[in-house]
Amino acid sequence: MMNNIELIFPEIFISLSIMFLLILGVFKKNSSKIIHNISLLVLLIAAVITFNETIGISRTILFNESIVVDYLSSFMKIITLISAFVVLLISSNYLKTFKIFKIEYPILILSSVLGMMIMISSNDLIVFYMGLELQSLALYVLATFNRDQLKSSEAGLKYFVLSALSSGLLLYGCSLIYGFTGSTNFNVIATQFNTNEYALTFGIVFVLVGLAFKISAVPFHMWAPDVYEGSPTSVTLFFTMVPKIAALTVFIRFLYVPFLNLIDQWQMILVFLSIASMLFGAIAAIGQKNLKRLIAYSSISHIGYALAGLATGSNDGIQSSVIYMTIYIIMNLGFFSCLLMMKRNNVYYEQIDDLSGLSKNHPLLSISLLIILFSLAGIPPLAGFFAKFYIFKSVIEQSMYFLAIVGLLSTVVAAFYYLRIIKIMYFDEEKDSYDKDHSLWLKLSLTVSTVLILMYFVFPSELIDAVSKINII
Amino acid sequence: MNFPILSSLILLPLIGALFLFFTRSKNENKITVKYVALFTSLVNFFLSIYLWFLFDQTTSAFQFVEDRVWIEGTINYKVGVDGISILFIILTTFITPLCIISVNNSVTKRLNEFLIAILVMETFMIGVFCSLDLVVFYLFFEAGLIPMFLIIGIWGGARRVYSAFKFFLFTLLGSVLMLVAIISIYWITGTTDVVQLYELGIDTKYQNLLWLAFFSSFAVKTPMWPVHTWLPDAHVEAPTAGSVLLAAILLKMAGYGFIRFSLGLFPSASEVFTPLIYALSVIAIIFTSLIALMQEDMKKLIAYSSVAHMGFVTLGIFTIQQQGIEGSIIQMISHGLVSAALFLCVGVVYDRMHSRLINTYGGIVTIIPKYAVLFMVFTLAALGLPGTSGFVGEFLILMAAFKDNFLVAVLASLGVIIGAAYMLWLYKRVIFGKLINSELKKMIDLNKSEAFTLTCLAIPTLYFGFYPEPLINTIEVSISDLINTYNYSVARK
Repeated sequence: MMNNIELIFPEIFISLSIMFLLILGVFKKNSSKIIHNISLLVLLIAAVITFNETIGISRTILFNESIVVDYLSSFMKIITLISAFVVLLISSNYLKTFKIFKIEYPILILSSVLGMMIMISSNDLIVFYMGLELQSLALYVLATFNRDQLKSSEAGLKYFVLSALSSGLLLYGCSLIYGFTGSTNFNVIATQFNTNEYALTFGIVFVLVGLAFKISAVPFHMWAPDVYEGSPTSVTLFFTMVPKIAALTVFIRFLYVPFLNLIDQWQMILVFLSIASMLFGAIAAIGQKNLKRLIAYSSISHIGYALAGLATGSNDGIQSSVIYMTIYIIMNLGFFSCLLMMKRNNVYYEQIDDLSGLSKNHPLLSISLLIILFSLAGIPPLAGFFAKFYIFKSVIEQSMYFLAIVGLLSTVVAAFYYLRIIKIMYFDEEKDSYDKDHSLWLKLSLTVSTVLILMYFVFPSELIDAVSKINII
Repeated sequence: MNFPILSSLILLPLIGALFLFFTRSKNENKITVKYVALFTSLVNFFLSIYLWFLFDQTTSAFQFVEDRVWIEGTINYKVGVDGISILFIILTTFITPLCIISVNNSVTKRLNEFLIAILVMETFMIGVFCSLDLVVFYLFFEAGLIPMFLIIGIWGGARRVYSAFKFFLFTLLGSVLMLVAIISIYWITGTTDVVQLYELGIDTKYQNLLWLAFFSSFAVKTPMWPVHTWLPDAHVEAPTAGSVLLAAILLKMAGYGFIRFSLGLFPSASEVFTPLIYALSVIAIIFTSLIALMQEDMKKLIAYSSVAHMGFVTLGIFTIQQQGIEGSIIQMISHGLVSAALFLCVGVVYDRMHSRLINTYGGIVTIIPKYAVLFMVFTLAALGLPGTSGFVGEFLILMAAFKDNFLVAVLASLGVIIGAAYMLWLYKRVIFGKLINSELKKMIDLNKSEAFTLTCLAIPTLYFGFYPEPLINTIEVSISDLINTYNYSVARK
């Protein structure tokens, strides 16, 4: 029973740290800075432990087969931890400006990360649901974190109500699956289900709906733009990246471990979700004026591409989705670093028009944003192109030409609104310049992400090698 | 060959651009940055001349091949040249320094960034002509959109935003289908290496769709009627150097792509779709020539004439005869020189009078005689007067067309007449006639750098008009080999 317990050391370490930090926060006055720093350290250490303990091991199942540790889980956990680390690292100035630099912020981020790590490792519907709720509850609070602002409270409430609804659907699906297979364990379900049982398909559909809601795939995306716009920018950054990694991993595990044989049933659903997300995300973003809303639609569209990889039902597809998410996260980090730099006299600007003529006053910032935007649009030779290239390679391998063509055509539509931002930055008249005294970390994260995007084509094999060990089927 | 000469050609401009990027803060040193850019592009030019010197004209095999693993197990970075591509590389390295010299008054703001964009553009363009792997080709082909978008958008005229968007989205839309085709080819044959694909051949049942996918990209880029509408807009709004690059080199990418990929990879599909190309080419030649006749704006007129000239090129390529394809390549080289020169000529008067409208001018022959002479040389070359390079290309294309399809050839010849009409009428209205606009008296004749660039373009135009042997010798073997392979695969079907 207690064999291999070292494999979940990262989770144990994070939960103990959360308790410790809570106590520290209660008993020590003005401890937000120190808690912020300790949390950073905790995330870093957890990433290192994950890397050391689990990256090399073969697939291991723990705790009555309810937790699985394999290469996929280690890879996704490390990405989750690193992205959460960067989010926390670059958000301190933003939080201070809004006077919400409180002890709860890093602790909530840690709790949601813990929930995500449980989700990533789950091999059981109950464990997965537990992880999901842990991360969601932390995220509701994070969305309303700037509670003096009406929009932030609205975002949190909206997120809570809709998310609770989707959790309900998801739980209903879980109970249907349990009812027809007699187990909540993925491995047992795989051996128990009867392909002729339509109710089981209903169960799968309900679970997929719940998951689609979490990654904001069309048609379950309604909450995303409002929540992204209303939440504090640093929280939006967190929303656009980290929960999606975990939810995508659950997608992979849920579809490919127990229900691979039912691929005919769920492939259509995934293809629909994917096409709808790609197209809708691209088209709806055109009319946006707020950068955070725009990036919400853009993330809907990007999740569509990641789902296209999952819809293939092949290992190549899974790997290409993971690559896509990794590159997407780097691009998103760069984009939000730029957004967090648009500050003048303690006010953050987030309308597209506020970028007007940015290239005159901030040539380096705007050239970075230019590179990031072209990469998001998927123009070669930037990283975003390769992400799409791998996806379409695996999609076309399965002869899903319709999906590939729709996906590529929606990149053209999407290119339009990225170009519009570039147009405003480069072609329009300038406005007042923004502050230039950004924190070192913010500059660093922008520089690193831009360089990674720009130079990805020099070493494309490294990332492929890293994900090529992901082997689910 | 141990020295990676092609990679050096590709990378040199990029290094120059990087150098410029880090000298960005000193805006007052305008001359210095220009010299840096000029130096880089000149080194590249001499390197490409050296390449031509080393080039073995007696074989159709790819030379100076470099093959490196790029994405493990999938894609290799493979570059090489044969007779078809080497001329385009030299054209690119020849036009770029002239572009940089011509950047005088037209670009007043952000000179540094402009030069960076031009150098990056050069890298991508050389990459397109060198690459022997479909994915690498696509990469360079598409990447060129970024600098060109910025060149039109930042330094362009009044409607630059509209034109830049139109240019970008049109070409991107055309190209995405090509990406689907490239990936499909990878899964059908297991490779994207062009040389291997030439040997393997692609199954006939896939060829038609793949051909159409490639066609959608090349047709937009060529541009062929009816998807040519982005070109006049882009040309009119782009700064002079941008128009020159666009007309002289960017359009040639598609013609090159037709020869290298459409004919080379999909012979039986090319056979099927030849009538389509003929029809579109003839429409392009006649229809856009008629449109050109009615233009008020000099740049727009030349832009439409470009469409017509590229109509000849596509017509020549798909005759699939030695003369036809040779003629097309010479026509592309010639059009590269002549259209570049014509845009520079428009740039010269635009810099002085800030108007591109034809009716602003008239009777300036006595005021700026040097300009009038050089402009005449290029006008005559554009309409294909014997003794200019324009004649050689058109003549060979029409000869091949007459062999293949009499009607098409007659209609295309009609286009030559309309072409002569609009060019001569343009020249007459701008240069001769009465001097009505008194403002024009203040115009000064060509300065040294303008005279130099135009002369540089006039010399090869005339030289290759009288003596096209060097060009034909270079391309001859590669083309005859291409046609043999083509006929063989069509016959085998």
